[in-house]
Amino acid sequence: MRKVLIVGASSAIAEAVARLFAAQGDMLYLAGRRAEALEAIAADLRVRGAARAQTEVMDANTIERHAALLDNADAALGGLDTVLIAHGTLSDQAVCQKSVALTFQELHTNALSVIALLTLVATRFEAQRSGMIAVISSVAGDRGRQSNYVYGTAKAAVSTFLSGLRQRLHKSSVHVVTIKPGFVDTPMTRGFPKGLLWAQPERVARDIVTAMEKGKDVVYTPGFWRVIIWIIESLPEKIFKSLSF
Amino acid sequence: MAGALTERADTLSWGRYPHTRQTMIRCHDRHAVLPATERLLLPFGNGRSYGDSCLNDGGTLLHARGLDRFVAFNPQAGVLHCEAGVLLSEILELVVPQGWFLPVTPGTQFVTVGGAIANDVHGKNHHRAGTFGAQVRAFELLRSDGSRRRCSPTENPDWFTATVGGLGLTGLIVWAEIQLRRIANSWITSETIRFHDLDEFFAMSAASDRDYEYTVAWLDCSSGGAALGRGLFIRGNHAPALCAARPRPSAGRLNVPFVPPFSLINRWSLRAFNTVYYHRQWGDAVRRIMHYAPFFYPLDRVRAWNRIYGRSGFLQYQCAIPTALGHAAIREVLERIARSGTGSVLAVLKIFGAVPAVGWLSFPRPGVTLALDFPNRGPATFKLLDALDAVVATAGGAVYPAKDARMSGARFREFFPQWHHFSEYIDPQFSSSFWRRVMRD
Repeated sequence: MRKVLIVGASSAIAEAVARLFAAQGDMLYLAGRRAEALEAIAADLRVRGAARAQTEVMDANTIERHAALLDNADAALGGLDTVLIAHGTLSDQAVCQKSVALTFQELHTNALSVIALLTLVATRFEAQRSGMIAVISSVAGDRGRQSNYVYGTAKAAVSTFLSGLRQRLHKSSVHVVTIKPGFVDTPMTRGFPKGLLWAQPERVARDIVTAMEKGKDVVYTPGFWRVIIWIIESLPEKIFKSLSF
Repeated sequence: MAGALTERADTLSWGRYPHTRQTMIRCHDRHAVLPATERLLLPFGNGRSYGDSCLNDGGTLLHARGLDRFVAFNPQAGVLHCEAGVLLSEILELVVPQGWFLPVTPGTQFVTVGGAIANDVHGKNHHRAGTFGAQVRAFELLRSDGSRRRCSPTENPDWFTATVGGLGLTGLIVWAEIQLRRIANSWITSETIRFHDLDEFFAMSAASDRDYEYTVAWLDCSSGGAALGRGLFIRGNHAPALCAARPRPSAGRLNVPFVPPFSLINRWSLRAFNTVYYHRQWGDAVRRIMHYAPFFYPLDRVRAWNRIYGRSGFLQYQCAIPTALGHAAIREVLERIARSGTGSVLAVLKIFGAVPAVGWLSFPRPGVTLALDFPNRGPATFKLLDALDAVVATAGGAVYPAKDARMSGARFREFFPQWHHFSEYIDPQFSSSFWRRVMRD
């Protein structure tokens, strides 16, 4: 039975992952900003089989609450062996370009708060010499594009941080999974026209759980994004800069 | 509900006719209010209504599938509380292993709870249990003015009566609480018996409805003359605890991967299919123990089966005719169809019981019901269906709105005389293609 903390638990991908955990009878501690939404999700997960589903209302940007969050989760579940970090916002690139304040705020939400939390989790899991850390990064972090490079910058920071963390924690038997979803059809991406490249959160959630169970390090979901990103990354900057996507 | 998320959608109903244009807003949060928009709204579940009752041309659909959370389940009492976008299939996955079953289920498990209430759907046990609405203990109705009403047979009973069978027009059903039915396992003891004409069907129904919870018949309606009204009668019960066999649900699922340019259903394929189906078993009666899925949902095995009718789509036609004139009217309907040469692949015949209807617009009524589907061949098909309407009207029956895409307003108001009373409960910001059509002429 897993003892899981999910940060950003009301995001569509996190909720879909939590359902898969619940179906295995896991214990869940759900953190997020909206009390009513969290409670609705927790009740659903209990019906679906979660041995426990408790909630805590908190904003991941309030860094000074991170330590208490981990303590509370640990106390509520009687230990902690899995952490899924799934919070984030899809930055409005056009507005960011005109506002340093918003750019910094987006970097804080999508990178700094994640890094802060990971720092605490890493110390804890390193001490207990076990644990699973899964973080939702993004394919957007693999190469900066004009349409969303503020978001991409944050995700690149997260992916790089995770890569180092993975190496450090490997000798302590703590596993770190970097999850790089492509386009996912969720409330966060409402307003985008949806095409063939778009995946449902349930599909992405299955890939995430499989990656965790198989001990994968970096997972693209759906898998075809690995190919797309390989192509995008191999374009010389000279050509890439003139492209419009 | 999840903020104003609008995207254009070319949504089709299950019959793939008619073609309409509307925007779609997805609902995710049961605590949120309805989105602020000037456009007319209509709840949309899983799109299994056949005609235009789930479409809103020029308006906006409130896609409720995202309201898919369970709220509570009491495994001792069998009471399930869930959001309205939960599919019946998802309920079965949760409750069957815990010894419970849906008290009433339609012929597909891929409908939402909200859709099942809004169309007050029925199943093979209507003669015992009545409709889906009769199993609903309570639901919450959210209106465009932001008000929320808990509705049950005793709380806001008028809103309950308007909303059960109310085609989604009275507001958005946000959650519901349903009473489930106990089962010992997931198997059904079933019998399939051949009948040679309508007299035999009626006699078999009368003899079976007392001892069998589920009864239905498949009718070969490609045959006229002496073979008119022949078919297979199917009856069953939930298996006892010490079940003699434990079959697995059929594993594979089939799919119709694309829409063929023309209907694969025509006079010849229809005739061949019906003849083979009628003769599919050697004996006149075959007993077997089946998993519930193939018994209740044979068509769910074929994903997107509705595509076989090609680009023009198809028209479902389901009528109910009161007992007194039922026999003669069904005969006349079948004769007209046989004469037209159009035929129907899946003709289903069932006796409705006397359990009183729950909603003002509920379709089932004591008597006999016949469901058919016709490839859309344009004016010829519409003319035939208009003629069938006349037969049904003369016999004092009704046509099912959830399956309709073409009945005239005059016919609808004749079939559902309570429509006027019902219309006082329609949310001023709610409407549907169906409703505008049947209010027009």
